[in-house]
Formats: sequence, structure tokens, C-alpha cells
Amino acid sequence: MNFGRVISEATPLLLQGLRYTLIVSLIGIVIGIVIGLVMCLMNMSKNKLLRSIAGVYIWIIRGTPMLVQAYFVFFGFPQLLQLLIPGFRLEAFSAGIITLSLNAGAYLAEIFRSGIQAVPKGQTEAARSLGLSSSKTMMKVVLPQAFKITIPSLVNQFIISIKDTSILSAIGLAELTNMTKQYVGKSYEFFASYVYLAVFYLVIVSLLMILSNYIEKRLKYERKSNS
Amino acid sequence: MKEKVIVKDLHKYFDKLEVLTGIDTVIYEGEVVCVIGPSGSGKSTFLRCLNKLEDVTSGTIIIDDFNITDEKVNINKVRENIGMVFQQFNLFPNMTVKKNIMMAPVTLKKMTTEEASAKADELLTRVGLLEKADSFPGELSGGQQQRVAIARALAMNPDIMLFDEPTSALDPEMVGEVLEVMKDLAAQGMTMVVVTHEMGFAREVADRVLFMDGGVICEEGTPEEVFLNPQQERTQDFLRKVL
Repeated sequence: MNFGRVISEATPLLLQGLRYTLIVSLIGIVIGIVIGLVMCLMNMSKNKLLRSIAGVYIWIIRGTPMLVQAYFVFFGFPQLLQLLIPGFRLEAFSAGIITLSLNAGAYLAEIFRSGIQAVPKGQTEAARSLGLSSSKTMMKVVLPQAFKITIPSLVNQFIISIKDTSILSAIGLAELTNMTKQYVGKSYEFFASYVYLAVFYLVIVSLLMILSNYIEKRLKYERKSNS
Repeated sequence: MKEKVIVKDLHKYFDKLEVLTGIDTVIYEGEVVCVIGPSGSGKSTFLRCLNKLEDVTSGTIIIDDFNITDEKVNINKVRENIGMVFQQFNLFPNMTVKKNIMMAPVTLKKMTTEEASAKADELLTRVGLLEKADSFPGELSGGQQQRVAIARALAMNPDIMLFDEPTSALDPEMVGEVLEVMKDLAAQGMTMVVVTHEMGFAREVADRVLFMDGGVICEEGTPEEVFLNPQQERTQDFLRKVL
């Protein structure tokens, strides 16, 4: 249990892993937000086909473990595509981003839906009565309010997604957990290494929580004081 | 007088419940029409059909020569000329008072931001709330919020204004300030349809009063006719209870 050794030897490795964890989380969440928003609107549309597509997507993602999804994207899906494009392969990096964004997208779609439904109907009626189309009403009136309502659940999902990147170590993505595992394999410093790894996740998540508290305070609907 | 709104044989069902059972009326330009009647009589539903916030089951509504019950008519364009004020104000809580007023004209490219800002100032002056321009709706009293809601509806320069029980959600001491703004508007010749429980207001300001019960217009006439000499038994009954 030599913490000094672990810190000096593992820090450069973990910082490398941290880079992947952060990049994959960030890109995954951003794409996930887009997917989530589109799926949420599809799920709420009057068109039955669009609604079914979104429904099936959300059902599959929520009904299967992310580890299985990662295996499918990294191993299964390329084999299917090789029928069309011989020799097709996916890097762990792209497969990781695809898995994470598909996964987050399904949960975010449900989070957005609950937010949109929490905006009072009178808001839509007021906007429509002024002559705004339903899409403009959504963009200008409903979504901004829904966004504020969903911030706590959004942050929660971001935290889950960041931690879920550790699952991607199973397909060989060189992120934090994977790098730690590799270091442990050479050094046998199990306890100290995994404590050190946990600290990395704790710091990232804590920073995110501080940021979200700040944003939530900034979004209060009241006159900003002049001081 | 020019016909502004023509309603012919209007029926409205909510599932199997028939809420409007055949309404025929004409509203003329510059007229102030107050709709009174017991709750559940279909007053609000009738009003909400006029800008198609409620889908019409059958019948026609013609506004400025546009048949708004026709699917091909762009209802958004028609709504730009019909302001609506709600019982619950429905101000946008995430926007300042001024942004509430400017949003629609700017979004719909009716005005530039500068023009809309000037218009908002003018309207806020008119409803006596210019100093609240940068406040958020949550910081205002109910009466103030409703005055802002009226200003917001006026920002699109509508030529018809619909009021759906505009004072019913207000504390009694705030009813007066909202009615004052509405009287002002009436005096300037705005075409207005007002669903209200304020019999005093209806008596004083209305050109015509419609009494609704059971999804039809039971009786209509000048305030004197309806309030002082009601012909129908149902009208007499209702007025005995509320006056």
C-alpha cells in the first residue's frame, strides 16, 4: 500500500486516461443531448411512425445494459457492416462515443419529455394566441422553461454518463479505469491505485456539481441586482 | 357597421359531451361584447373557438373574411390580429416584462428589436407599468401581471381582443386597475369580446351582452335590455343569483 509510489508512477498514466474520459464524456453528452432532443420531439409528435421509432429506441436502450451496448457497437455492428463494406472496423474511441451518446440520448429523451410536460399548458396557449407556430412556440417558450426545470436531472445524467465511460474500458478505450487496471497489472498496488482512481472521478463529479449549482442560481427568474 | 366576426351554427364536442350546441352571432367592428352566464355554460369554450385554441367540431367562424374553420387558412396569420388575455395571465416567467411584450412581434418579424422596444415602452406607459419593464412576472402582483398580459397582446397591433375571465383570478382590490385598462381600450374603439363575471363592467362598458346557458346564446341585447328587462326565465334566474 504505497501511496507515494502510486501517485508518482500512476499520475502520468491517469492524466492520459483522464483526457479520454473527459473527451468521450463531453462529445458523448453533446451528441446525446441532440439525440435526446430529437427523440423526445419524435416521441411527442402526432405522427405514429415517428413515435414508434423513438419508442422502440428508448425501449431497447433502457432495457439493455450499457456493457452489452458497447460490445454490440464495437464488435457486433462492424460485423454486420462488413457485409456491405469489407474490412470495416470501428476504433474503441468512436465506438465509445457512439455507445455513450446512444445510451445518454435515450435517458435524456425521457428527461426532456418530463420537462416539456411540466411547462404549464397556458404557456403554449399564450404563445399560440400571439400567432407563433407550434415549432416557434416550442423553441421560444416551452424549451427554455423546460430546460430550467430539467437542470437537476440533466446534471444527474451527465454524472452517470461520465462514470459510465469506465464501462468502455471493456472495449479497450484507454480511459481512466482502463489505465488504472493496466498500472495495477504491473505494480500490484491494488488498494492505493483504486483509491487514487476513485479520487479522480470524485473530483470531476464535484466540479460538475459546483458548476450546475452556479448555473441554477444564474437562471432564477428575478431582476438582477444592480450592485 | 362592418361585420368583424361572423359565427354560424357553431358546435363543439369534448369527446361525447356537446359543449356548444349551435351558436350564431355577429360581432361588429368596434363593438364591445360581454359574454355572461353560469359556469359550464360554454362561454370560455366559445371564446377559445374564436382564435381556434379549441378545434371547432362543426359550423363556421369568419373573421375579416377569412373562414378560420377552413383547414387551408393559416391560423397563425389570423391569430396575429386577435389578442387574447387569459384568466391565469400566462406571462412567460423566464422573460422580463419588456421581453414578454417584445417576443412575439420580434419573433414573427413584425417589428425590429428597436421598434418593438419602443412599442413596449409605449404600451407599458399606457398600462402604467413602465417602471416594471425589467422585472420578471413573478415579482409583480396579479393585477400588474394582467396589465402586462394586456400590453403583450396589444404589441401585435391586433384589431380584436378576446378576454377570458380576465379578473377572476385576481384579489378583489386589483380588479379595478385591470378593468380601467380594458375600459380605456374600449373607449379607443377596439373590438372586444369579454367573458366576465363582472356584471358592473358589462353594464357600463358593453355595447351588447350575450347570456349563455347550456351551450347556446339564450338571450342577447344591450346591457339595459339584458340586465333590466331580461325576457328569458334562465336569464332572470341567473341575474337574480349574481346581482
